[in-house]
Amino acid sequence: MNISGQEFIQAMSAIGAGIAMIAGVGPGVGQGIAAGHGASAVGRNPGAKSDITSTMLLGQAVAETTGLYGFAVAIILMFVKPFKG
Amino acid sequence: MSVTSLVACDSSFMIKSLYTFRIPGIDYDFSINTTHVAILLVSVFILVMAIIARIKINKVQATDTPGMFQNAIEIIVEMLGSMVEGIMGKNANRFVNYISTLFLFIIISNISGLFGLRPPTADYGITLALGLITFFLVQVNGIRKNGVKHFTALFQPIWFLFPINLIGEFAVPLSLSLRLFGNVMSGTVLMGLIYDLVNPYTVAYPAVLHAYFDLFSGCIQAYVFSMLTMVYVNDKIADD
Repeated sequence: MNISGQEFIQAMSAIGAGIAMIAGVGPGVGQGIAAGHGASAVGRNPGAKSDITSTMLLGQAVAETTGLYGFAVAIILMFVKPFKG
Repeated sequence: MSVTSLVACDSSFMIKSLYTFRIPGIDYDFSINTTHVAILLVSVFILVMAIIARIKINKVQATDTPGMFQNAIEIIVEMLGSMVEGIMGKNANRFVNYISTLFLFIIISNISGLFGLRPPTADYGITLALGLITFFLVQVNGIRKNGVKHFTALFQPIWFLFPINLIGEFAVPLSLSLRLFGNVMSGTVLMGLIYDLVNPYTVAYPAVLHAYFDLFSGCIQAYVFSMLTMVYVNDKIADD
């Protein structure tokens, strides 16, 4: 099988996009920790459930940002194709 | 199928140009694309609903029983008012109009994926514009409240932290816009890939995924965007 230079670049871009999505590990761990602490806070003080939930969701959405940077890199590699040559 | 066509797949989630035109004297192909159409439909929808609500509320007598529509409008307005009030306190009156508009625009944009549009917020041009509006709102309110102290605060607590403080100021619109764009875009891409995968006569089960990617994620992100805008602005104008 002959692979041209162009196809090689595109295959490597696809692999790079996959590697960029490893960034998704961090937000997963962080959001899990936030949700766990939110659950224990509700257990300790059930009256403040709505406040705790909104604070937790806000914190989780902020923690998600780094994962979305990885996602943006992956999308750019796959669809904008900056290395097309 | 070659490697090329697999990577460069033109799925249904890309921005498509619908109509191309040229302006004499400028060597560039301008185009009307799916984002323009979607943002127009969303804006017209919000405007029409707002006008209908205004007419209804103006006609209402104090003795009438409120109908379904009026109840819904009252719940929405009350919820938005209490959301702004909870964060901004006594400054809420100045910002409740803008924050409510922002919230309604983002939430209806995100949900518009359910109705077959490509969500306008899945275009970085839109979210960057929203992020820049927040940035200028923060800066203008900071200057109006604190005057020169707004700029000298960049050198606090010690002068060589200036570059880091400056980056912190400019990271606000970038992280806000990328967060909204990334969330909505990831939902759009995943739904596009799933619709490419399933048989075209499949009816029901992608609906479950729509409920997560469009409804849940869209509502959370609209809430987070308006919440963070309020927090950043309130940070500058709150009394010490």
